[in-house]
Amino acid sequence: MQRIRLRYTKRGRLRFTSHRDFQRAFERALRRAEVPMAYSAGFTPHPKVSYANAAPTGTGSEAEYLEIALTEARDPERLRLLLDESLPAGLDVVDAVEARTSGLADRLTASVWELRLEGVRPAEAEAAVAAFNAAPTVEVQRRTKNGVRTFDTRSAVAHLESLTTHGSPADRPTDRPCAILRLVVRHVTPAVRPDDVLSGLRAVADLAPPVPAAVTRLAQGLFDEETGAVTDPLAPDREAKAPEPQPAAASAAAKAPA
Amino acid sequence: MSAEATQAAESVFPQLEALLPHVQKPIQYVGGELNSTVKDWESCDVRWALMYPDAYEVGLPNQGVMILYEVLNEQQGVLAERTYSVWPDLEELMREHSVPQFTVDSHRPVGAFDVFGLSFSTELGYTNMLTALDLAGIPLEAKDRGIDDPVVLAGGHAAFNPEPIADFIDCAVIGDGEQAVLEVTAIIRAWKAEGRPGGREELLLRLARTGGVYVPGFYDVEYLPDGRIARVVPNRSGVPWRVSKHTVMDLDEWPYPKQPLVPLAETVHERMSVEIFRGCTRGCRFCQAGMITRPVRERSITGIGEMVDKGLKATGFEEVGLLSLSSADHTEIADIAKGLADRYEEDKVGLSLPSTRVDAFNIDLANELTRNGRRSGLTFAPEGGSERIRKVINKMVSEEDLIRTVATAYGNGWRQVKLYFMCGLPTETDDDVLQIADMATRVIAKGREVSGSGDIRCTVSIGGFVPKPHTPFQWAPQLSAEETDARLQKLRDKIRGDKKYGRSIGFRYHDGKPGIVEGLLSRGDRRLGAVIRAVYDDGGRFDGWREHFSYDRWMACADKALEPTGVDVDWYTTRERGYEEVLPWDHLDSGLDKEWLWEDWQDALDETEVDDCRWTPCFDCGVCPAMDTEIQVGPTGKKLLPLTVVK
Repeated sequence: MQRIRLRYTKRGRLRFTSHRDFQRAFERALRRAEVPMAYSAGFTPHPKVSYANAAPTGTGSEAEYLEIALTEARDPERLRLLLDESLPAGLDVVDAVEARTSGLADRLTASVWELRLEGVRPAEAEAAVAAFNAAPTVEVQRRTKNGVRTFDTRSAVAHLESLTTHGSPADRPTDRPCAILRLVVRHVTPAVRPDDVLSGLRAVADLAPPVPAAVTRLAQGLFDEETGAVTDPLAPDREAKAPEPQPAAASAAAKAPA
Repeated sequence: MSAEATQAAESVFPQLEALLPHVQKPIQYVGGELNSTVKDWESCDVRWALMYPDAYEVGLPNQGVMILYEVLNEQQGVLAERTYSVWPDLEELMREHSVPQFTVDSHRPVGAFDVFGLSFSTELGYTNMLTALDLAGIPLEAKDRGIDDPVVLAGGHAAFNPEPIADFIDCAVIGDGEQAVLEVTAIIRAWKAEGRPGGREELLLRLARTGGVYVPGFYDVEYLPDGRIARVVPNRSGVPWRVSKHTVMDLDEWPYPKQPLVPLAETVHERMSVEIFRGCTRGCRFCQAGMITRPVRERSITGIGEMVDKGLKATGFEEVGLLSLSSADHTEIADIAKGLADRYEEDKVGLSLPSTRVDAFNIDLANELTRNGRRSGLTFAPEGGSERIRKVINKMVSEEDLIRTVATAYGNGWRQVKLYFMCGLPTETDDDVLQIADMATRVIAKGREVSGSGDIRCTVSIGGFVPKPHTPFQWAPQLSAEETDARLQKLRDKIRGDKKYGRSIGFRYHDGKPGIVEGLLSRGDRRLGAVIRAVYDDGGRFDGWREHFSYDRWMACADKALEPTGVDVDWYTTRERGYEEVLPWDHLDSGLDKEWLWEDWQDALDETEVDDCRWTPCFDCGVCPAMDTEIQVGPTGKKLLPLTVVK
């Protein structure tokens, strides 16, 4: 069995895809692309796909990860192209490596987010960010299935800054001001989401964007406490050497009970 | 097209996008489905907005819309985009922010298209049409529309009596849409190319004069003092007295949808459907679908095999439904099921056969469909509880048939059987309905006997009968909501009171109230336009949804709006019609001979059955001569060969 790890995106209007929606779409893409999937045992066999840490519905992402198990080996790059073609534009498969290490999920300890706040002046955003960073704790509330929960957002935030920008991006020219925040959040339990940080900015500085923020996950990976960097979680797989092909007898012997 | 009109067709997505974070399931509004088509606006001269007037999750899998969407988009210079009803949360925001009703394909305002085509499977979508028209900025009433407003065109089964929505639609097309939409397109194209001579009136006249497009505005309805219709008269020259339905004769020539849409959002049918035949001549007297889609036209076994193959490749679906009104009746169903099961065994593709008749069921077929070992449940529809009432409705299934069938099923590993019934059928008494409980206990007893297991279930599902136009029961009185509920209560008590079997019988029922509104709209006439309008104005939406439907609102609005007419809800629903009465849909020709329908109605009252003309002589329902068609059934004698695997 071969395991392949993929990075995919949720771009543009397809950022409104929920994780369940994506799962269905992905499994159908696997069928269309005739990927030799390994199936789970049992009454209703399912293709073996492990999803990690999906971004919330409505937020864009450049860095979602999943792992699939195949019954026959495939070239990761060819598989990536095939799946990318099979999925609707916006759900793009952008990276693929053969899994040669364990614990992809363990290497996803933080995310880098971009928050575009249309209609917010950069100076206003900067002041709010400064207030947030200066506060020892920033409590916010979120409505959950079990009622309203209060929790701290500050401790999970490793980095928050307001980027200096000059107007809006070329693809969406507008006269309105637009502030852009860069946010690095550690994956903690309970999860602190970009929305919660926005609630935090409102709590500390009354920052209230007139339109919903456009939120995009730019990267996900291992958080380096010293440098503050978020590293590519697929790098160890890429760097690990391909296992030496072992003689069939040796591997059978290794598996045999002593 | 003028610069102003082009601007009006621009995408509203930027405005919509800002609203989406605030609504439930935003994915349903963004489009981008696999196999959807976005064509260049400027290079097309006839543009259709197609609507299924219900929520996206119900509307997207609709075969009718999917077929027409593809047929139209295949034409050069023609584009079709889809639109669905928005939920009240988004409707409120769209009104607040002036975002018009939009298509999901390229988010253009519906008002910018040439045709706004709506497919009505049920009358309960009428208020949703008004919401969409209003959001689109199209005047609600046809008489108020101008030359730049789209032609509002209704189709679907409910369009066989479009009179209740006559105020709101410009025209209706009845029957199969595949060729009809192309004919309408050609007429619009020519009229536009000529510089739109004579305005909207001229376009509608050209459509009406074909004899295949009904324009309600070109007919006057005259009433008798007692409220019945005196006659329906064309008020323009060249407009025919009766409008004909459209019939596609060779389904193999129309293998649509070729590229079924695969949504990102979850919908009510998570499978690919292939229509294996159209029409039904079993002759169940309550069944409007069976009557108005005659004659039977089978798709060939090879045509079906090709559609399944191409469709699965294009979609990646894990289940194929073989669709029709009575799927086990296809002359080659055994070879189809076996051939497909052989082909897709390795690919874990499931097959399903909706609408299987008790008497057409056979265990070999059922085994082919469940090769993966899943035998969750079987569903049959005896429709009536007593032998007598089944003769009335011409559902020629005996209790012995049913018991034999379920015995085979339980003996082969099935553990659950679902039985569908109707309550309120013509001539029905309490006793006819109470016999449903006896039937269910016999099913359980037989099941326990043949399986040797106590773990046997039978679910009885029952709803109120609604008489429909173009059926032998179009003259029948509908049972009132109160009487329906009382009868269902008695049945429930009888099942619950059975100590030995009651716990193995599930009971599901729909109360009688929604059926009365459906009945009102089904057999209604133009005077109901005011009722629908009043309900809409009062906030009525999504009437097919229990949580949105309000019986009290409908009754209050009907009382008020019908007051000046002298007729009321009972007059439309629980009143029996006479032979000589002009019915509101008599000028819409479904091909069925009204004389034959009346005779069949009399036969029903006499408890006389009529056989199926596929295997007995023609009984002159009128369709074949009227439509210049004939039944088209196999067998072709061909088989499905294994597909060569290309890797």
